[in-house]
Amino acid sequence: MGTAAEAFKGFEKYSLKKNLPMVEPLAPGHRACQGCGEVLALRQVMKAIGENVIVSSATGCMEIITSPWPQTAWRVPWLHVAFENAAAVASGVEAAYKAMTRKGKIEDTNTTFLAVAGDGGTADIGLQALSGALERGHNFVYLCLDNEAYMNTGVQRSSSTPYGAMTTTSPPGKLSRGQETWKKDLPAIAAAHRIPYVATGSPAFPVDLMNKAKKASLVKGPAYLHVYSPCCTGWRMAPHLSVESARLVVETRVFPLYEVIDGQWILSRDIKKPKPVEEYLKPQRRFSHLTAEDVKTIQERVDANWERLMKLIAATTPEDKTE
Amino acid sequence: MAKRLGVEVSIAVAEAAKQCNVDVISAYPITPQTHIVEHLSELVADGELDAEFIPVESEHTAMSTCVGASAAGARTFTATSSQGLALMVEILYIASALRLPVVMSMVNRALSGPISIWNDHCDLMLSRDTGWIQTVAENGQEAYDLIFHAYRVAEDHRVLLPVIVNLDGFTLSHVIEPIEYFDQAEVDSYLKPYVPAMRLDPKHPITMGPVGMPEVYTEARKAQEEAIKAARPVIAEAWQAFGDQFGRYYRAVESYQMDGAETVLITMGSIGETAMTAVDEMRSRGKKVGLLRIRLFRPFPVEELRKALKGVKRVGVIDRALPFGASGGPVAAEVRSALYHQTDRPFVYNYIAGLGGRDVTVENFEEMASELESLEKSELTEFYKIINVRE
Repeated sequence: MGTAAEAFKGFEKYSLKKNLPMVEPLAPGHRACQGCGEVLALRQVMKAIGENVIVSSATGCMEIITSPWPQTAWRVPWLHVAFENAAAVASGVEAAYKAMTRKGKIEDTNTTFLAVAGDGGTADIGLQALSGALERGHNFVYLCLDNEAYMNTGVQRSSSTPYGAMTTTSPPGKLSRGQETWKKDLPAIAAAHRIPYVATGSPAFPVDLMNKAKKASLVKGPAYLHVYSPCCTGWRMAPHLSVESARLVVETRVFPLYEVIDGQWILSRDIKKPKPVEEYLKPQRRFSHLTAEDVKTIQERVDANWERLMKLIAATTPEDKTE
Repeated sequence: MAKRLGVEVSIAVAEAAKQCNVDVISAYPITPQTHIVEHLSELVADGELDAEFIPVESEHTAMSTCVGASAAGARTFTATSSQGLALMVEILYIASALRLPVVMSMVNRALSGPISIWNDHCDLMLSRDTGWIQTVAENGQEAYDLIFHAYRVAEDHRVLLPVIVNLDGFTLSHVIEPIEYFDQAEVDSYLKPYVPAMRLDPKHPITMGPVGMPEVYTEARKAQEEAIKAARPVIAEAWQAFGDQFGRYYRAVESYQMDGAETVLITMGSIGETAMTAVDEMRSRGKKVGLLRIRLFRPFPVEELRKALKGVKRVGVIDRALPFGASGGPVAAEVRSALYHQTDRPFVYNYIAGLGGRDVTVENFEEMASELESLEKSELTEFYKIINVRE
């Protein structure tokens, strides 16, 4: 396993005006809902990684909408096995390529091995397989498309569902305010495996997301991408607000964009004057039952999380770079 | 030239996988499978086998990595037992549906609860309907031989299905037996390199494991059923080729002392050896007793059993698994079902024996054989019996 810093040497960043990739490994003819932010994020990641890739997909929205036989939206090799094992399947594909290349059965083509899963397949049932694959150091990219609930089965809560959100298994009621627990911090869990590269992304910041996806693919070892993926259907939100929510979640500091490169936490986008979280929560009817007090509780948590992130950044910044 | 060595059967199974030059081994430790994968990891560590050994965090991942590796075009091996099989069983169905020629040795062990590490066939039965071809070894040499056969069958483009080679835990896996090891050149002539029919390759993109809508699901399942049935002649052909090359001819159902047999016992796995001793004893006392040993469990050898049981009066099927609330043991149910539509069919009775490591003795087999005659004439209310139960 090499360091991320080594892998990024000579990496030419994508920029809006010069060199955005033209390839579309994910074809437009899929069956996602109107306004699906997840498929938008997936498209951006696939464009950045390119066509020399093998995708292992977990069961979930992206699997269902791209592969009802006899059609496929995939222009690159793609394999679906089950719900909880995208990281395990990718481990197998990667190991096979390693062995077969070494034994001269195939040429070394520097292929990227990409595992794709939703938040249920990552934060809950797939966490063990993910942890195993990260710990073993396979050379692969894990992409978590986080739409904050089990959307594919009808909007049930996951451990990535945010506090207060209404889902069909965390309904607000006389004794409940909706989801009672706080969103599991998956990027931090991934980073705790001391892998070379972890990053968060949002489809409202496509160039940032694409650069992170490309960087993840360059790393020799495990890389983890956690991408915020708006779900208009599950969030009870108008389809045209998808990208808007993906922007607001960053601007309110609810979902900060950062990278963890070789253990060093780096902010991708500083939000100096954050908007109040209420602006983010309001257009989504999954939060419509929340009281002013609930919103205040969420705001406090968001502020605390940001402070914690700042401390992590300061703590992992080399001394010669601190002011 | 092949050489004969006294060796633990697990080690011989690992050596067979090595001689098959597997590319990827993925495994999780579970008793009594452990010695197989331990030895494979040593072979990889010593550079004697050029393969990726993936020490995974669970059996579910062991099978998931095997599926990924096989889909990528690698020759893939794993081993499991009992609870491990139970954890990976979800992916077993998918491996066969994706038509991936993974080979797994299953060291048969009882399932919880209560927890037991000892031998029976609960795990074998749990994997019964997963779409894998299944062979059952009776002794160490077979456990070794059947690995080569498994790859040859699995990777044949007329088959393309995964194969489980079953061997009994401890009573077989941990026993030291004289095993005839093959020369590598002989193996290479029997087993050609794996040529995938399709594989994950960015130069030729394919989609594997798509969604099956109600319009196609039944057809996909039927295609799989046809595939495992079509494997039958290929399995026999591969055994014929094995016999021609190595001198040991295997069949789906093995007969022992079947000439003129009126009473027949049917076993699967290593207890067949004890049953053979019992049959010899009974034959020496003039009793017309014979034995059938099922070597191929999936696809189930219906025709072979019908043929072998022609003219037989009574049959005692010994099962080493107890399906709760069913009409008897699984092997017996299949044997009965295979015979039912024949006008001239024998009386069939089922014995459940050897659960969780309980011994099945020569005397037990003799008792079963002699009891069958009286049972046949009595009015039965139950068609099976658990033997050796302490009341």
